[in-house]
Amino acid sequence: MTLTDLANPTRFLSLTARLLPWLAAATSVLLLIGLYQSATAPDDYQQGATVKIMFIHVPNAWLSMLVWGVMSVAALGTLVWRHPLADVAAKAAAPIGAAFTFLALVTGSLWGRPMWGTYWEWDARLTSVLILFLMYLGLIALWRAVEDPSRAARAAAVLTLVGAINLPIIKFSVDWWNTLHQPASVFRIGGPTLDRAFLIPLLVMAVAFSLLFVTLQLAAMRNEILRRRVRALQMMQASQRAA
Amino acid sequence: MPRVTALAALIRRDLRIALRVGGGALIGVLFFLTVVVLMPFAVGPDLALLTRLGPAILWLGALLASLLTLDRLFTADHEDGSLDLMLMSRTPLELACAAKALAHWLAAGLPLVVATPVLGLLLNLDAASTSAVALTLLAGTPALTLTGMIGAALAVTMHRGGLLLAVLVLPLSIPVLIFGVAASEAAIAGPMGFGTPFSILCALSLISLVIGPFAAAACLRHGLD
Repeated sequence: MTLTDLANPTRFLSLTARLLPWLAAATSVLLLIGLYQSATAPDDYQQGATVKIMFIHVPNAWLSMLVWGVMSVAALGTLVWRHPLADVAAKAAAPIGAAFTFLALVTGSLWGRPMWGTYWEWDARLTSVLILFLMYLGLIALWRAVEDPSRAARAAAVLTLVGAINLPIIKFSVDWWNTLHQPASVFRIGGPTLDRAFLIPLLVMAVAFSLLFVTLQLAAMRNEILRRRVRALQMMQASQRAA
Repeated sequence: MPRVTALAALIRRDLRIALRVGGGALIGVLFFLTVVVLMPFAVGPDLALLTRLGPAILWLGALLASLLTLDRLFTADHEDGSLDLMLMSRTPLELACAAKALAHWLAAGLPLVVATPVLGLLLNLDAASTSAVALTLLAGTPALTLTGMIGAALAVTMHRGGLLLAVLVLPLSIPVLIFGVAASEAAIAGPMGFGTPFSILCALSLISLVIGPFAAAACLRHGLD
């Protein structure tokens, strides 16, 4: 089964129906294992129990960027190959990505309160995630502003690709901006050298969240296809009634 | 050279429309002036504070003013049908978009740079600081026009895009704002060199010269059926 076979929505729907229970089961098993491991992970000698926020926060932050990558591939699919499912994939991914980004911001802010003594700091990394969140919201607003779905898809695809080029530039410039104002940042926690006791639960949680994204994405794509069918049927009915 | 003639005619036409009655190019400058005049009412008439905030105020004013005028970049052409002619003509749409951006910058971006010395006086900036801010605006406003053009092209395809345009374009202009203000501050207070942020600002303008016309043309081609 290749990607072109999936262009048929009915075939995609039947594949999704077969895959979704397995994906959902795998996600919940991995999430349970990951949560158990996170709960039993030792406290950090400096941060105490708050280090456990990391197991939720870091996977969310990773996925916030991964989802934009997935949307960029879908945008290429829309503009270059005119793949009918690419529109659906891009539209379904935007709110999910926004949710992951929002959760990364909220958990980060809750972690920042006991550690840094403040909910928000104009730190380079926080700022660029906030801008990413704004861009997700702008993209969703664009989807909602245009009535015709295929036209909205092409406008959103251009914006997604422009965003994909711009996001590294924004990240770089925000890093530069912050280092200009705060030469020695106080907000350096630990460092990249994570102990195995923390690393393994973190990786399990990362895989679990990625599976969660795939599950949610497929379910949202299925819903979007069904929603479009309902809309087409309603239009047909209305035109018949008018005739 | 029929293609060059066509582009020159497009630039001349856009400039003429912008400068005549109802064109609205100079309203951007007036808006810029008004924003700068509003600032002392918001932060207080303390000249030392205004001097410190000066570059930031001028840059924010220029950013908002260029955004305000961008809304009409393609809408007017769409309404009177000349955008359809551009879509059908043999001149590549990317070049036509670049020409329109150049005309828009000449009519709406350059006056902002010219007005900066006058507004610098109001904010108690000395001659060196004012010229630094004007120089950074000269280098940075093309980037604002060219990225804003993408938003304008998106807005014209959805008929009612004014506010959405701002929401989509403002996050994309953050790097320009950062390096524009950084270069101005570096020239005024130091200790960083003026060269590095200014070169990056020029680089941002060049990058948006590459991306902007292509993305805007793609929006127009796909969005207008």
